[in-house]
Amino acid sequence: MSTPTPTPTPSPTPQTATARIHNIGYRHYDGPRLGIPYARLSLFTHSLRGAYGLGRSARSKILPFALAAIMAVPALVMVAVAVTVGMNSLPIGYTEYALFMQPIIGLYLALAGPQLVSLDQRYHTLPLYFSRPLEHADYVRAKAAALAAALFVFTAVPVVLLYIGALLAKLSPADETLGFGKGLLFSAVFSVLHAAIVLLIASLTPRRGFGVAAIIGALTVPYFAVTSVQFVVAEQGSGSLDSVGWLAMLSPGSLLDGFQGALLGGTTEFPHQYAPSGAMGAGYLAVIAGVTAVCYVLLLRRYRKAGL
Amino acid sequence: MGGTSVCRVSVIATESLSKRYPRVTALDRLTVDIGPGVTGLVGANGAGKSTLIKILLGLAPASEGSAAVLGKDTAREGAAIREQVGYMPEHDCLPPDVSATEFVVHMARMSGLPSTAARERTADTLRHVGLYEERYRPMGGYSTGMKQRVKLAQALVHDPKLVLLDEPTNGLDPAGRDEMLGLIRRVHTDFGISVLVTSHLLGELERTSDHIVVIDGGKLLKSQSTRSFTQTTTTLLIEVTDSDAHPDGADALRTALTAAGVTPVAEPDSTPGAARLVVVEADEERVYDTVRDTVADLGLGMVRMEQRRHRIAEVFQENRTEAAS
Repeated sequence: MSTPTPTPTPSPTPQTATARIHNIGYRHYDGPRLGIPYARLSLFTHSLRGAYGLGRSARSKILPFALAAIMAVPALVMVAVAVTVGMNSLPIGYTEYALFMQPIIGLYLALAGPQLVSLDQRYHTLPLYFSRPLEHADYVRAKAAALAAALFVFTAVPVVLLYIGALLAKLSPADETLGFGKGLLFSAVFSVLHAAIVLLIASLTPRRGFGVAAIIGALTVPYFAVTSVQFVVAEQGSGSLDSVGWLAMLSPGSLLDGFQGALLGGTTEFPHQYAPSGAMGAGYLAVIAGVTAVCYVLLLRRYRKAGL
Repeated sequence: MGGTSVCRVSVIATESLSKRYPRVTALDRLTVDIGPGVTGLVGANGAGKSTLIKILLGLAPASEGSAAVLGKDTAREGAAIREQVGYMPEHDCLPPDVSATEFVVHMARMSGLPSTAARERTADTLRHVGLYEERYRPMGGYSTGMKQRVKLAQALVHDPKLVLLDEPTNGLDPAGRDEMLGLIRRVHTDFGISVLVTSHLLGELERTSDHIVVIDGGKLLKSQSTRSFTQTTTTLLIEVTDSDAHPDGADALRTALTAAGVTPVAEPDSTPGAARLVVVEADEERVYDTVRDTVADLGLGMVRMEQRRHRIAEVFQENRTEAAS
């Protein structure tokens, strides 16, 4: 069981590749084993990096970084305009930016979601995770947190750029800092809701293509349906526009739009710039929390019997 | 493991372990006690091997009975068991766009190894399974043999006390199979790690395992040491090369041996290459000399001459007919 041969002293001048010594005996590991919390954290960082193609081939880095760059371009242009022209406010609110860039975010999610979970299914890597101390719930938790964090970075970077620009343009620091804080809060809520929905969809198929299509579909179709119905209702309806506010709950995009309009002082894209009341905002928040929780529970169920 | 006892410690112990699914019984009151060393778990497809592995890893509850791995109860201490056990699945499980090094490092961290240790252990383990420069290339371009080595490496990287290998020779060519079996043997002899290796082929486990457990239809058919299965016999296997003068060396040797008074026996084995083997009954010392002289006279090269062991398959067949009657 011990080393069969004593390791010979290597010659002082290593000349050829064949002079290497391969037969070093097996060494046991008696260092620390850091257990489940560490494994979960490692899976989180690994997945977060994976969401940007880090640790994978060069080709898989192109799209995430290209999309992140596109995400930042309008912010840079706005900042440039604000600084040169000397406007007294930014052309777009901090909480509105992510909504304005939704198509790009949708593309990024369609890329990152399947990257995080579909590949483990497609290449049957799941049994390797679950034959280790990690429990199924740890896997779900790490993956969901990783996607939410990746998306937060994706949506918060332009918000930071806007804030820096606002300060350079010598806009009121107090107002801008408050707006910036709300922008970050909105990014967080946006990321958590979208991560839960997208991960659930991605986890249902090992096929990346299906995942991409299903995610884009789930993010766009309800949004456009809700928006069209809202406009029809607004045009035909008489009196209160509250039905427009209620309808907003039916798609993630309009739900978040309503949320930032009602609670974070932003302007909605709703017809007639309908501003939902605070009570409606609380409703939005409840729906956001509810949808996130339901998706998460379904994800746990999806993985309960997975592996091996 | 309670380390004070010097006598046989059981690595895996099951006590009337049963697993019933709504439509099938995968394991039926299985009671086995497996000690350190290499243990072969043999059974046809669907005999319950994979179900047993799942229960041993604490990933599926037993319907009845209990199981313990390294002295820990599978129902309550699954996570603690999985920390000290390695598992190599039967099917492909490697993402193609990642290198072996990155993949195994990640798996080491999943087992709780700190980053630096994970890197060191990965380099060591990949070297031990025989993967060198190619470990930096994406695994999509690997041969089946190399993939099997990476799969074995990820099961060993956290230095477990026991590894469960599910059909590790699947899909390998004969040379690759031999290498893998040799590697599995070394996992125990050189690394000191106990091994449970499954196969539906009895033949390949007899050289590798210290102990063989045969299950069929979820029931224990036989559990005994390989030595008692495969004692040496007087049968002698000879393999020779061909030469220009004798294009079929084996055949020429058979004819010459018959002329010299040693009659070769027909090889019942249907394995490929059986035609190249000359089999004689070496019941007397002089047979060895005759064989040596005959081969030398014919000018053939001797590839090997070995005593044949009993095949487990024979014992297994006997056992089945006993069980049937």
